[in-house]
Amino acid sequence: MMDGRPSAAVSVPLAGVAARRGRRAWPWLLAAAGLCVLPLVPGLDSNFVRSLVSQMGIAAVFALSFNMLLGQTGLLSFGHAVYFGLGGYVAIHGMRLINAGLPIPIPLVPLFGAAGGLFFGVLIGSVTTKRAGTVFAMITLGLGELVVAASLMLTRFFGGEEGITANRTRAPHLFGLTFASQLEVYYLIAFWAFLSVALMSAFTRTPLGRMCNAVRDNPERAEFVGYNPQRVRLLAFAVSAMFAGVAGGLHAVNYEIVAAEALGAARSGAVLLMAFVGGIGSFFGPILGAMVITWLQVSLSDYTTAWQLYFGILFIIIVLFAPGGLAWLIALHLPLARARMLHTVLPGYLAALAPALVMVLGGSLLLEINYRLATKPELGTRMSLFWVAMDVSRPWPWIAGLAMLAGGFYAFRRSWALVAAGWHAASERMREDGAP
Amino acid sequence: MRRHVLRSLVLGVLAPAAIASTAQAQGTLKIAMIEPLSGGAASAGILSQKHFGYFVDKINAAGGVNGQKIEVLFFDNKISPQESLIILKKVIDEGIRYVSQGVGSVVAHAITDAVLKHNERNPGKEVIYLNYAAVDPALTNEKCNFWHFRFDADADMKMEALTNYLAKAKGLKKVYLINQDYSFGKAVAVAARAMLTKKRPDIEIVGDELHPLQKVTDFSPYVAKIKASGADSVITGNWSNDMLLLIKPGKDAGLKVDWYTYYAGTLGSPTAIGRDGVGHVKQVTEWHKNALPEADPDQIAYEKRFTGKEDDFAYWRLKTMFEMLVETMKKAKSNDPVKVAKALEGMKYKTVLGDVEMRADNHQLLQPLFISTMSDKVKYDVERTGLGFVTNGKIEAKDTATPTTCKMDRPK
Amino acid sequence: MLELVIFSTLNGVVYGLLLFMLSSGLTLIFSMMGVLNFAHASMFMLGAYFSYQVGKLVGFWPALVLAPLLVGLIGAGVERYGLRHVHRHGHVPELLFTFGLAYLIEEIVVMGWGRNPIENRVPATLDFPLFTLFTTSYPAYKAFMMAVSIGMFVALYLVLKRTRIGLIIQAALTHPSTVAMLGHNVPQVFMRVFAAGTALAALAGVIGGFALLTTPNMAAALGPIVFVVVVIGGLGSLGGALIASLAIGIMQTFAVALDVSLLDLLRHAGVAIGRESALFELASIKIAQAAPMIPYVLLVLMLIVRPKGLLGTRET
Repeated sequence: MMDGRPSAAVSVPLAGVAARRGRRAWPWLLAAAGLCVLPLVPGLDSNFVRSLVSQMGIAAVFALSFNMLLGQTGLLSFGHAVYFGLGGYVAIHGMRLINAGLPIPIPLVPLFGAAGGLFFGVLIGSVTTKRAGTVFAMITLGLGELVVAASLMLTRFFGGEEGITANRTRAPHLFGLTFASQLEVYYLIAFWAFLSVALMSAFTRTPLGRMCNAVRDNPERAEFVGYNPQRVRLLAFAVSAMFAGVAGGLHAVNYEIVAAEALGAARSGAVLLMAFVGGIGSFFGPILGAMVITWLQVSLSDYTTAWQLYFGILFIIIVLFAPGGLAWLIALHLPLARARMLHTVLPGYLAALAPALVMVLGGSLLLEINYRLATKPELGTRMSLFWVAMDVSRPWPWIAGLAMLAGGFYAFRRSWALVAAGWHAASERMREDGAP
Repeated sequence: MRRHVLRSLVLGVLAPAAIASTAQAQGTLKIAMIEPLSGGAASAGILSQKHFGYFVDKINAAGGVNGQKIEVLFFDNKISPQESLIILKKVIDEGIRYVSQGVGSVVAHAITDAVLKHNERNPGKEVIYLNYAAVDPALTNEKCNFWHFRFDADADMKMEALTNYLAKAKGLKKVYLINQDYSFGKAVAVAARAMLTKKRPDIEIVGDELHPLQKVTDFSPYVAKIKASGADSVITGNWSNDMLLLIKPGKDAGLKVDWYTYYAGTLGSPTAIGRDGVGHVKQVTEWHKNALPEADPDQIAYEKRFTGKEDDFAYWRLKTMFEMLVETMKKAKSNDPVKVAKALEGMKYKTVLGDVEMRADNHQLLQPLFISTMSDKVKYDVERTGLGFVTNGKIEAKDTATPTTCKMDRPK
Repeated sequence: MLELVIFSTLNGVVYGLLLFMLSSGLTLIFSMMGVLNFAHASMFMLGAYFSYQVGKLVGFWPALVLAPLLVGLIGAGVERYGLRHVHRHGHVPELLFTFGLAYLIEEIVVMGWGRNPIENRVPATLDFPLFTLFTTSYPAYKAFMMAVSIGMFVALYLVLKRTRIGLIIQAALTHPSTVAMLGHNVPQVFMRVFAAGTALAALAGVIGGFALLTTPNMAAALGPIVFVVVVIGGLGSLGGALIASLAIGIMQTFAVALDVSLLDLLRHAGVAIGRESALFELASIKIAQAAPMIPYVLLVLMLIVRPKGLLGTRET
């Protein structure tokens, strides 16, 4: 039944673990160093990769800000892009002022976004956060639709559907930075993304951050201890909207355009996917999700026009079999790795991998054939898939696909016993060694 | 191939299946087409993809241009401006200097702005943007730039043509305007009102409706309102569902009006409108299948190659665009984008439909426009519906020109 | 004027009833299982496509029955093999499951019938003007839509009030946990309710399909509105859903006829807003222009003022 705390079920067990582990400094230093050298690595030093990674950074900040609501405070929002977009619009208007002569360097533009996000977060949040649970979710859905509609009607601020443009190079050049090249923009985004992630991580350890968890898990008790859950929700909402606004501001700097798309339902849905696929129960999960989903969104369509179908299937598989997301899968293996026992489960995985591959190949063979016949019949029945030429008017490709799918599935189910055995052995050994 | 490194990292398992080969033969002239190839707007993108494929193959079969073959690379932008900008980066990384796009004025605005900025910041690596369908007038007015060339008549020009036709039409007394509530819809409404009051002060505009974009599922209330206004004609720039959903409730309610549309002939629409539209649904386009007494050879060849139910030859302006492009490159004796852009500016060209000209002041193509009505007695039907369009009037290229506010910086 | 009022009322009622058919199933599912089923409108869409396909084979009338049954079966499968597994992880995964499902169904529809609208025409037996009042004619199929939805409401009402399973469902609507404790096979009741709910959505799809436009994005277009109806109507209340549907249908229809903006009202009251004022643009939006947004305004207001909804019995 609807219990008013839609997210609690998945997020509780891992939140504490992540907070404890987050304290070590070396992962942060490593990440910072990685961000610095990444765009210079041969093979990854094209503008496309830099722009893709910039996009990932923006998405990561946005997904984390979203999870501040969902994972941390238990508030499911269907309209989080509103704050991303509004922050973006404020930032792009700020950039236009800069273009017109306001003496502020471009690296400070994300602060406009933060201010915009915070302002609208407080404004709208003061109404929406009066309720939690499903009611909150539905209000955000309705408000999201209203803001999108308004963005098309009020052209003075939103610039209509084509949005508002600005120029990041026409600004005071601090330290000779013109931001004409994607590399400079990349570093700007990397800096702000890193800072935001660090701040959001710190937020989880503030008393307010802890109170958010308390309000998520048991609002009545939080109230007994003397905290007004509504107030806590509002504060969390405002902070979350502020960081969404930072992401929007980074978006404005990166693309030099903010259009209605920035605050639309598609983006609100995407951020939910990112957070969930990455894992809403762990602090770093949404970052992982943001990177993976952004990558898939941009790259998958290079391979197949049926990418949305694969996307949907992948997503459903994660919901069904790994509801804690990618972070959960990783967290599952961390104790093994620490006890140097990964090798006990590895053979099982390898054994399962082969039939899984066959199954996936068979499945996508069938999908591709179908999609091709349904959406592009004019290209004829001859096609080439996985470097194999075939004529799909004949039964063989279909039979092969079906056989691979069914056979792979059967073998996969059988091989699962090996995986389970490996896990069993590993946990036995760990118990003997007295590991946690 | 960096992009291939990346790709194999993403999905080692899935083979490149559908998108055209990215084989990078040296010495080809590459054009990037950035359009939605998946998602809700994909049918429009795929339609363009087929036309691009057809014309490029035709040019290559005739030996290419200036000794180079043309290769089109198709990129799926999912009709998102943001994705389009990421793709543009990828395209520029790969050294492609010609970009083409048309579906969606939002995307067009993003691309033209990004192309201008790129060209300013990277002299020597300039990119040309060939726009064949995004019709927001702003693109050749306040937002114009030297690198953007438009081969479709913009919303104002179509209205100019339409009102030039209406100026002479008889029996018109009350006109109702219904448009989508966003920049394009508003532009249509404003242009219609301004031009009608000037050319036909006797016509009364009995309604000027704006409704949210792609949000209305039932247009019956709007139809009741049109009916109550006593209008005899409706002018609408609506496209896709917003246009299709208008016609049927109109017929159900016994509304007898002429529908003057921009997009009644676009892919899928004749099927969805069906016989309800015969005699009453009109469109303004640069061509339709019965514009010439006999089918054009390209129309015949195209429809021989693509044989699906909805595979009609549809983009006459792409024919014009590719022919003009080849002509310009030959004249400039170079495939260099800057030289081509300079030569394309002010270029005049003869087509079977009449003279066309790429305006030098704002890079807008002037071409003849047709007003046509849906009919069930046609030589060439569309989407195998037995329905097609017949010409009511033709407006010559020079009579479609509208004043421009364009001020562009030209390279030296 | 009278003509406009009469036909606007008729149009509003038809649209409202269509919304009700869609939302009645969702109300049942949402109230009992707590699942915000994002795929509900997709089932509506499947109904439209199936009836088109089945109708081509055996004619419209058998399709009217067969298509909802087929979709109902799919619904049962979705609950049995999908939702039930996700259920133990909580409500967010459940919701996301339906989210992904909606996505999949849209793509599958594209694969089966293409992206463009299909030629889903009103069957010839219903394609005539029923009556003509003043100068406006009223199509017979709209009357048919009305009849089917009213018939459905009556049938649903009888099932809920007069049968045993109806009693259990009613009990589960208001006191879900108690019902389980009384030893009823709750998972099976869930599956049946889910199947019935999707079948109702599909029925709405069959008769809504030819009145609206049958395209792969019809689900996305109607989905949010259906949520609005359910929430405004109130959890666990079919009556509430009916009132909310009709209210939204009629308000939206009449709003279209109102060419008045806030600016005009203020001007009457003697307040003038200058063209340069920041509020000018907002104030000059006509009610007609914003008509399709009315449900969302209602939703937000309702949730703030009375989160239970019109006739709801509990908050969430």
